[in-house]
Amino acid sequence: MPTFELQEQRKAPISQVGIVRWLRDNLFSSWASIGLTLFSLYLLYLIFPPMLDWMIFSANFNFGTVDIFGLEIKFSEEMATNANCGREAACWPYIYEKFYMYIYGFYPRAESWRVDIVYALTAMLFVMVRVLRNFTHKNKAFLVMFIIFPFASFYLISGGVFGLEHIETHRWGGLMLTLVIASVGILFSFPIGILLALGRQSNLKVISLFSTIYIEFIRALPLITILFMASFVLPMFFSEGMNFDKLLRALIAITLFQAAYFAEVVRGGLQAIPTGQYEAADAIGLNYFQKNALIVLPQALKISIPNLVGSSISLFKDSVLVLIIGLMDILAMVNMTSNDPYWLGRETEGFIFVTIVMWVFLYSMSRYSKKLEIRFSTDHKN
Amino acid sequence: MKKENNNSNIIEINELNKWYGDFHALKNINLKIKEGEIVVVCGPSGSGKSTLIRCVNFLEKFQEGEIIVNGTQLTDDVAKIRSIRSEVAMVFQHFNLFPHLSIIDNLTLAPIWVHNEGKDEAREKALKLLDRVGIKDQADKYPNQLSGGQQQRVAIARSLCTSPKIMLFDEPTSALDPEMISEVLDVMIELAKEGITMICVTHEMGFARKVAQRIIFMDEGQIVEENDPETFFHHPESDRLKLFLDQILTH
Repeated sequence: MPTFELQEQRKAPISQVGIVRWLRDNLFSSWASIGLTLFSLYLLYLIFPPMLDWMIFSANFNFGTVDIFGLEIKFSEEMATNANCGREAACWPYIYEKFYMYIYGFYPRAESWRVDIVYALTAMLFVMVRVLRNFTHKNKAFLVMFIIFPFASFYLISGGVFGLEHIETHRWGGLMLTLVIASVGILFSFPIGILLALGRQSNLKVISLFSTIYIEFIRALPLITILFMASFVLPMFFSEGMNFDKLLRALIAITLFQAAYFAEVVRGGLQAIPTGQYEAADAIGLNYFQKNALIVLPQALKISIPNLVGSSISLFKDSVLVLIIGLMDILAMVNMTSNDPYWLGRETEGFIFVTIVMWVFLYSMSRYSKKLEIRFSTDHKN
Repeated sequence: MKKENNNSNIIEINELNKWYGDFHALKNINLKIKEGEIVVVCGPSGSGKSTLIRCVNFLEKFQEGEIIVNGTQLTDDVAKIRSIRSEVAMVFQHFNLFPHLSIIDNLTLAPIWVHNEGKDEAREKALKLLDRVGIKDQADKYPNQLSGGQQQRVAIARSLCTSPKIMLFDEPTSALDPEMISEVLDVMIELAKEGITMICVTHEMGFARKVAQRIIFMDEGQIVEENDPETFFHHPESDRLKLFLDQILTH
């Protein structure tokens, strides 16, 4: 009579695991693969040692004495000058000297604490989101925070209220301006994008037609064109003396531009929601707004997170285009500061510095998106 | 004036015609259902049985004829449709639970947002209903963590949450593993005993025989025959029904 005996689980054979196995599978699996691996190693050898040498080993770090929060660190006797810095390798004292310009632009030094507070508030926002996660009224708290934050930041930076000195937008610059443009663009275009996406799916033909035309029109134009339009063409239609802030015009242009892209991303998410969800929402008696706000959008947006963040990253990168209409963002600061007669010809250091700053921000965004995806997942699939 | 006739009939369908594009999906349907009646609709696939019950809560629009539910005639009027939908609940073939909400939130959604009930009140009622369908302990899980049979029982509980007068079942057991069909049918039989009006599209002939007061056989968008279960199964009148019964009962 046959009996059923449960067999013990065994470990996989040693040839199936470990680093040797990985190397053989991924780098040396065939002659072609061996060739490509060696070629890639050679390329890395060509690029990396000189780069590291330029950036670090032969670079000049003579910052003089640096005061970091009251802590004095002595790098060298005196700070290097452009002349004695050398041309063969990076001259980082240039970045140190121009650091303020890169971060704040022409913002008055005496008032820079206001910008620092905004940076701190932004960081706090992320901390608060974590802390309040299990708070009972967290949705209301988040809503209040996200409504107050932009206004608080705006009045802090711009001033003109509570006795704060008014700082005109043409003095805003550097990383601060880049962040203002990117975050305003993302925050304001997001709701517009959702409305456009819902509009495009709408059964009301007029709304659907309007949304479709808007989205397709904007997506067929390069951002530069739209910026030029907003900056140079639009003022021609306004009457004389009506002064419309240049930054505001750029922000409106970017917001309208990005809204079209968000709309398409959200539409992709909407189309992934099965009809059964709409039918169930209808059948239990929800109205149009409840159906979208409670059932459809939460699911559609969750699916769209990777693409929404991808689109936001594109916008962040595209925001440097504002330098062609004369706004002094972080990239514009490279040319601006290396035109300084005292630090002539240090563009390379500038560009590399900007690259690193941009990379840090964009990579964090990308990682954050990954986290959001995991947190909002209710798939619970094994 | 019409109200008098409707008193005993909770659903009245007169000369209903529906087309999908050029396809004539429902042809001259006339059907009257009394309050508390349990009606099973069966027929081969594509015969229009799902379309028929989906017309009753206006998930499908129809082009000709009229449907009167609980004294209200179905029109395009959004407010009317919503008031009918709060009295007519529907259970779907694929459950259609909301995967981003926990089981309890699935149940309390309509009471809170459509019927303006308090959160605690809605939650208490939902837990009672979950207890009734036998899955109270799963209240805080998410739909995808439950088996098909459990999901369908949650869906039934969800549709009961608004205390509907009429329940529509659209092939509630067709998407389930054979092992799970009976747990869902048991819940439906319990419901049938409580006097709620039920229209049920199903292929479960055992269920039909046990609880239905009337069985309707549809083919090609028409009602071919309707009768009490006894006559329906043992003395079918039309050849089409004889053939159908032959095919499903021999296995």
